[in-house]
Amino acid sequence: MSAGSQIPADSAAPAGKAPGMQAEAARRADVRRNILLTTPALIVLFFAASGPLLIMLVYSFLRPGDYGGVQWTFATDGWASVFLQRDIFDDTLSVADAHLSIFWRSVKLSILTTFTALVLGFPTAYFIATRPVESRNLWLFLITIPFWTNLLIRTFAIMEVIRNQGLINNILTGLGLIDEPIQMLFTDFAIMLGMTYVYLPLMVLPIYASMEKFDFRLVEAGYDLYATRLRVLRRIILPLVKPGVVAGSILVFIPSLGAYVTPRVLGGGKNMMLGNLISLQFGQGRNWPLGAALSLTLLLIVMVALLYYVRSVGKAESHHG
Amino acid sequence: MAEANLPTSRPPSGRPFSIRSQPGFATLAILCFVLLYAPLLPLVVYSFNAGDSLAYFEGLSWRWYVSAWDNKLVQDAAIRSLILAASASLFATILATMAALGTTRTRSYRGQTLIYALINQPLMVPEIVTAVALLIMFAAIKAATNYHGLAYLIIAHTAFCIPFAYLPIRARLEGMDLSLETAAADLYATPWQAFRRVTLPLMWPGILAGAMLAFVISLDDVVITEFVKSSGQDTLPTYMLGQLRRVITPEVNAISSVLLAISVVVVTIFFFLNRKMR
Repeated sequence: MSAGSQIPADSAAPAGKAPGMQAEAARRADVRRNILLTTPALIVLFFAASGPLLIMLVYSFLRPGDYGGVQWTFATDGWASVFLQRDIFDDTLSVADAHLSIFWRSVKLSILTTFTALVLGFPTAYFIATRPVESRNLWLFLITIPFWTNLLIRTFAIMEVIRNQGLINNILTGLGLIDEPIQMLFTDFAIMLGMTYVYLPLMVLPIYASMEKFDFRLVEAGYDLYATRLRVLRRIILPLVKPGVVAGSILVFIPSLGAYVTPRVLGGGKNMMLGNLISLQFGQGRNWPLGAALSLTLLLIVMVALLYYVRSVGKAESHHG
Repeated sequence: MAEANLPTSRPPSGRPFSIRSQPGFATLAILCFVLLYAPLLPLVVYSFNAGDSLAYFEGLSWRWYVSAWDNKLVQDAAIRSLILAASASLFATILATMAALGTTRTRSYRGQTLIYALINQPLMVPEIVTAVALLIMFAAIKAATNYHGLAYLIIAHTAFCIPFAYLPIRARLEGMDLSLETAAADLYATPWQAFRRVTLPLMWPGILAGAMLAFVISLDDVVITEFVKSSGQDTLPTYMLGQLRRVITPEVNAISSVLLAISVVVVTIFFFLNRKMR
């Protein structure tokens, strides 16, 4: 079907013109229509999603105002203090340990979260994909419900379970296994647990999507050739569902790295992650340029991760298809 | 490939070896499902607690639902949440429908990749980054215009709801048969008539699905709302986040349970709508 026939208008167009010109006019009308239809959404997105990032880039090169906000003078202090700090007495520069440790905690906890979610999520996706077709939708539905449930509520649920007066500690004390409640809330472990809980569906869904199309005759062939179960998993299944595994890992890693609510609720004030450090600069820290620079650093890390994803999936596709 | 997934390739039951099973996978999967739902259970149970505590259950009662319902702050936040979610999902759905019509079923043109990147940007950029960027921009606008109303939140929510509304609508459009519209045109329908009587009814399930996703996403948002709102503009989620700093009572559980119920209902409707579409 030609592209021209997609707009109903051109069949009613005057028939006197040469066919070439008519096709050209129809193509132009098509383009004009597409632009008109798409522009309003793009304007809103530019105004409230992309544009602000550009403004933030400008702000990252300004001087902080005394009560928040900025002074309009050029400075690179915002970017410098992402990793460096100036001594208030002798003005020497040194590595900002506090920031580095927060960066390190964010990366460490995000990797741990991604790994735990993969260990739990891969078997789950495999399990769903090997159910009979009729019940598969029900299992998928059970994964989707928590995914669409408020993130704050799920974080809050975890908090109630692991509090000192929470369910786990109450049960353990009740059974006489411990005398003092175990401090789980406000630790790095709590943040990791919460993020795994909250982002787990994001791991399961893409792995399931690539597993759904999996041809189990390949597995059968593997067993016929005397492969063990582990070997079948490693050499046949994993390479073929790799795009889903990479997609799931990226989908968990990115929001974990930028997490704000989960570390705030479960980590408390001491165990900050990048998101909380950024937020601090716009609150008590009163250092908007530093906050802007930190945000853009986070964005840069995310972009690198996405680029890696696009490249590795592209490779996998050219490999198998 | 569909046949390969059917149970036919399975060995008959009773045989010990199934090519589809991997040791321990089913156990881990069931564990995973249990872990996903287990923490929500005490959350809901304690919302019905007759006592003040989140640690000891002292009998069933509606008192925390009543107390939440009577709380002026909760009422205001709930109404604001609903207004915000309704208007943002309405605007986002209209914009996304138009954008989907403009980007599908057409020859690829220059700039299409850029358009996709722009539409999906809210899905790729961490929420906290968008949130502080909006804070910076809106702070300047607020200072310049002295307007502190709800419009900032509506615009911000509309923007991040667009991709969620766009995806199901686009999927629906791509699966649609063009011949009906061509037939309408051949029968002298004007473009508007063809759209109104043929295209729109066909894409309606996709639009509805997109609108519902957008509604839930807006209703649940914490981070962007927290940074964009002016003082006294709490929504239910930001109100709850504020409450967590104080001594928490089962009232927060009651609000959570209601929000939970709304999400479950909307997602269930979405699930069946999606199934009907196939």
